[in-house]
Formats: sequence, C-alpha cells, structure tokens
Amino acid sequence: MSPTPTQTEDDVAVIAKRWKDKRGSLIMALHALQDRYGYVPREAAMNLGEQMNVPLARIYEVLTFYNYFRLKSPGKHVVSVCMGTACYLKGAPQLLSQASDALGIAPGETSEDGEYHLQVVRCVGCCGLAPVATVNGELLAKVTGESLAAHLPSPSVSNDGKA
Amino acid sequence: MARMTFADLAARAQARPAVANQPIIRVGMSTCGIAAGADPVFAALNAAVKDRSLDWRVRRTGCAGMCSMEPLVEVTLPGQPAVMFGGVTPEFATQIVVDCAAGKPLPAENRVPGLAELARVAGDPVPAAGEDAPRQYRIVMRNCGVIDPEEIDEYIDRGGYQALGKVLSSMTPEQVIGELKTAGLRGRGGAGFPAWLKWNLTRESKGDEHIIVCNGDEGDPGAYMDRSVLEGDPHAVLEGMIIGGFVIGATTGFFYIRAEYPLAIQRIEKAIRQAKAAGLLGKNILGTEFSFTVEVRLGAGAFVCGEETALIASLEGQRGTPRPRPPYPSVKGLWGQPTMINNVESLANLSQIVARGGEWFSTIGVGRSTGTKVFAVTGKVKNAGLVEIPMGMTLREVVEGICGGTSSGGPIKAVQTGGPSGGLIPATELDTPITYEHLQKLGSYMGSGGMMVMDESDDLVELSRFYLGFCVDESCGKCAPCRIGGTQMLRLLDRIADGKGTTADVATIKRLARAMQRASLCGLGQGAPSPILSALRYFESEFADRLVPEAN
Repeated sequence: MSPTPTQTEDDVAVIAKRWKDKRGSLIMALHALQDRYGYVPREAAMNLGEQMNVPLARIYEVLTFYNYFRLKSPGKHVVSVCMGTACYLKGAPQLLSQASDALGIAPGETSEDGEYHLQVVRCVGCCGLAPVATVNGELLAKVTGESLAAHLPSPSVSNDGKA
Repeated sequence: MARMTFADLAARAQARPAVANQPIIRVGMSTCGIAAGADPVFAALNAAVKDRSLDWRVRRTGCAGMCSMEPLVEVTLPGQPAVMFGGVTPEFATQIVVDCAAGKPLPAENRVPGLAELARVAGDPVPAAGEDAPRQYRIVMRNCGVIDPEEIDEYIDRGGYQALGKVLSSMTPEQVIGELKTAGLRGRGGAGFPAWLKWNLTRESKGDEHIIVCNGDEGDPGAYMDRSVLEGDPHAVLEGMIIGGFVIGATTGFFYIRAEYPLAIQRIEKAIRQAKAAGLLGKNILGTEFSFTVEVRLGAGAFVCGEETALIASLEGQRGTPRPRPPYPSVKGLWGQPTMINNVESLANLSQIVARGGEWFSTIGVGRSTGTKVFAVTGKVKNAGLVEIPMGMTLREVVEGICGGTSSGGPIKAVQTGGPSGGLIPATELDTPITYEHLQKLGSYMGSGGMMVMDESDDLVELSRFYLGFCVDESCGKCAPCRIGGTQMLRLLDRIADGKGTTADVATIKRLARAMQRASLCGLGQGAPSPILSALRYFESEFADRLVPEAN
C-alpha cells in the first residue's frame, strides 16, 4: 500500500517544516515518517533529504544503522515477539516459533498478502510480565502461543497501515 | 497552571494536603499495568463510581514495582490504611466499589502487600541493622505508585520542585556540586563514575554553550527501571535535569529516550509542558535570570547508543558509533560543546540529595556505594518486579527475601547482573553485599540494574550464547576487536553448544575475550565477554560436559 506521490510530498513538507531548524532532528524526522507510513518509503526519504538539506546517502546511512527503521512496508499487522533476557528465559524462543508457524512466515518477513509482519524486538521493558509480545503496538503480557493467536486480528480487518 | 514564584513554592511546602474524606482508588497504569489489563479495570472503576453517583476519586498512578501482580488497585478509605489488590479484573474492581458502597468490608481476596509494607521512602528513618522494617528504601521510586504522574500538582504536593527552588534561591553551582560530593552519588547507568566529578568537569570546561543530556536509552534487555521512573514520576527526572542545567551553566537539555518506550515519552513530554506552564522551565525560571529549555529525542533501536559517545553521534543525527575518549563528552560532546550525560536514575536522586542534604544521602548504603539502587528482578523468580534497596544489602536478601526465591520453589542456580556486559553469579556467592566493588570482584558489575534469576532448568551454555549473540547483533562494527572477536567467539560457542567443541576452543574463547576486553573501543565490546567468562569461571563443568576429547 504505497502512498501516492502528492500525499507523500504534503506529509514530508509538514515533517520537514517541524524539524528543519531544530538541532539533532534527523532521526526525529525519520521517526515521523515511519509513524506515518509504518516504514520509510524511498520517495519520502529523498524528498525529506531535499527539504532538510541532508544528503540522501546520509539518510540511508542512518536508516540502515538503526534496527527500528524499516525500508519496506511491514504489512497491515505487525506482530513483535520480545527477545529480552527475561522473555528468553520464560520461553520466548518457543513463542516465536509458534507465532512463525501460525502466520506461516519467518521472523523479519511479511506475509505474501501483506497482512502480517513478524519481528523480534529487543526488550520492550516489561520484563516482570515475561514473556511479552505486541500486536500493532498493543502489549500482551505473559503470552502463550494460544493467547497470541487469539489476539491476531483477522486478515480482512483494515487499519490505516500504521505500525 | 500559572507561573510559580519562590513564594508560591514556599507556600506549597507549608501547606499540608487536606486529609481526604472520600475513598481514593489508585490504579497502576504504567506499561506493565496496562499490558496486564489496567485500562478496562480503570474504566470499570470509573463506571461503577459514576453509576452510583459516589464522590470517590479514581486515580491513575505509576508502577509500584510489583509487576508480576499487575493490574494493581489500591483502595484507601478515610481513616484507614490503604489496601492493595493484585491481579484485579474489571469484575473484581466493580465488586470492590459495590461492596464498599454497601458498607461491607473490602474483599478479602486478591490482597497483596501494600506500599507501606514493602518500603520506606526518602524522609522516613533509614532502617538500622537488625531493625524490623520493610526491606526496601525508596528514593528514586518515592512517588512511583503514589502520585498521578500526569499531574504536576501531585508532584509538588509531595515536595516536588522544592529542591529547584532551594538551588535557585540560595545555592551556588559550587555548593550543589559540594552536596553531590558529600552524598557520594555515583552514576547509576552502570560504570559508577562519581557524579560530582562529572558535573564539575563539565562546568569547568570552556565552550560556546554547555549541554545536559538525560540518557534514557535503557538498552539492557532485562532492565526497565528507567522506563518505570519516567512513566511513574517524570517530574523527578525533569527536576534533576533542570538543577543539572543550572549547575553546569546549560541553556538546553535533551532527553534521549528509547523509541520502544512510547508511554515514557508521552509522560515526559507532558511533564515538560506542565513545568513550562508553571514557570519551572523555559525563560526566567521562578523569576530568576536562569533560562533553560528541554527537548525530547528518540533512540531508534541500537543498544550501543547507551554508550555516551555513540549517544552523542545519534543525537547529532548520525550512525550511533562510539569514538575514542578522551576527549570526554564533558570537554567535547554534542556539536563539540561540553556535555554532561546523566542516567535517568541518577537524575531522579538529585532533588532528594539537594533537599535533604548530601550528608543524609551518604548515610544510606555502605562504603563508596552510597544511596540506593533500583533493580529489575526478573527471570525465574517468584515475585518479579522492581525493588529499590539501600546498597550493601546482599543478593540473597533481594532475590530470596524480597522477591521470594524462584518461581518453581527450587534452588537458585545463578543470578546475573549487568545484562549483556555483566556476569553470572553462582548461588554460593549470594551472600555478597551489593556494591559496585563487590560485584566487580565476582566478575560481574552493577550495570543499569537488571537482575536475572536462573533456576536449575536453565542451560548456562545456551544463556552465554544468547548474551553473546545479542552483543554480536548490536556491535556497531566500527572496531575490529568487537566486530570480529565477537563473531568468532560466537562461532566457537556454537560449536561447543552443538557438542563439537574442544578444550582448545575454550582456550581460544578466553584468549579472544582478553583481546576484546583490552582493545575494544567502547563498553559494548569490552563487556561482551563478561557473561561467558563468568560462566566459564563458575560453571565450567557445563561446558566441559559438552566437549569432544581432543585427538592426539
């Protein structure tokens, strides 16, 4: 679900205007882009670079360094399994493989129909309730394969593509 | 809220909050609480109170530390001690209101220890040895689980911003540094560098401007006290930051917070807006010449950015790679200017040290480890959560005494502190007091406060592989010892875990470890071998059992 060029331009202009004259703002602007689209589209990154006077190479240098940024659309529903130490000890590896089986995709992959994206995250800071997972940003505590499956939105439910 | 003056602050200090003559119900609504289902509980309580037109207060509060018992609801009836309920469902929450409104006693089910039973707070007498008192002592978490973190008034009612008023009205920067020196506060982010020295170095450095940064890039998987404090008492961290700004002569401060902590970001942003409106931040704070602004910047999922020079690079909008020190950030930091970087927990201590005096702070803890430390005790432990203890308490008192031992009831195999840069501590060493020095002697370190409990079912070879794998993934790749050493070590460890390793492989691991410790550019590479070295030191047989005999 790629954004249209004009839509992108408008969005980028707003973001660039907010951050252009602030110090230490490139990463914040990229966060704003990802919040908007669920990833950082190439068109938008190029556009942002022009408007903020940052070379595209520099933008990609940053985007590819930080785990948080995605360069491809993650699909409609993002499922994250926490692999912090507490979750690891409490069975996160098994949980991940159950999620992977249920969705039919490996960690880091997006399903062919673009509905689901499965990823591993490093500690969401909810270690007292391990293992935890998030579905579209909603945190699930003391998760099991069954409870995670119960929380997966059905494929046809649409949202605006945000992570 | 209108802009405050010194007189307003003084009046607030004198005012005693009126004793509530109505029931107050508090719901723990930090990330843990919400994940466990606090939102519907909060809604059910509000609906039940509204339906019956009761003049009760239902409040949101931060994390009390008992994460495994969330959602937590605390009910205070007029003239009675507070009662805490754990694992509350919306139905049970409604039941509490129904029973109470009908004049029945509070339900006997789902009761858990209340805050008063768990901890004393800053201002209470420091427990003496052998005294029958709650084991925890809360300075950093003094307001967590008590106040509504989104209401600046509740913070001020608990003595908030009095320290800032004291500093701006009657102290010089040197005097504040003097109090820090007397207090003996050391950095809570891990390394334990004396805070006063860092403050003084930054203050004395020359530059076009001075900058203060709060390091909220809590990357250690298993430590979450910074998130909890930012969510539960954001003004405490902000007040420490403003005082720091004044002391080093800064006009700008930055919060650098993990993007994975949306609620913490939201609450600190709200706190900043409230403090600005109250004249405690921005131009001419409290009517003085001192002006100071604070901005929030987000991390983007890179563990190495907890290292201060990498954090600076990230704030500047670059890849988060560290650079050699010196020059230290206190001399040349953000945009080449003197920059003071303090951890969230360090800053949360500040207002209490200023308000109560360095002398008071130095009586808590032992030796050169003064004050308290917050630990996130998780893993195979019965009562997982956050505890804040005076330093010098033994590991056993924390893990067994406060947290109830293992969840299975079986013996503890090991405790790990310091996360991916820390080490395993075997059960035989649990009577060691928790101080910077004692933990280091055991081959671990204080770290940011993760405390992972392992029971007999945990495989320490696999765990070593997990930690090392984390560091290999998170290595920024700039220096060879970390980038290559880590990868090679992980291959050797894989071989051992698969039952194909030899004693020569173990020797190579130890040699690589020494090289990484000595030659890596930053703490990530220097600390990466710690988990495996400590595992080899205390649990060598687990490795030896998997080795194949070497061919002669």
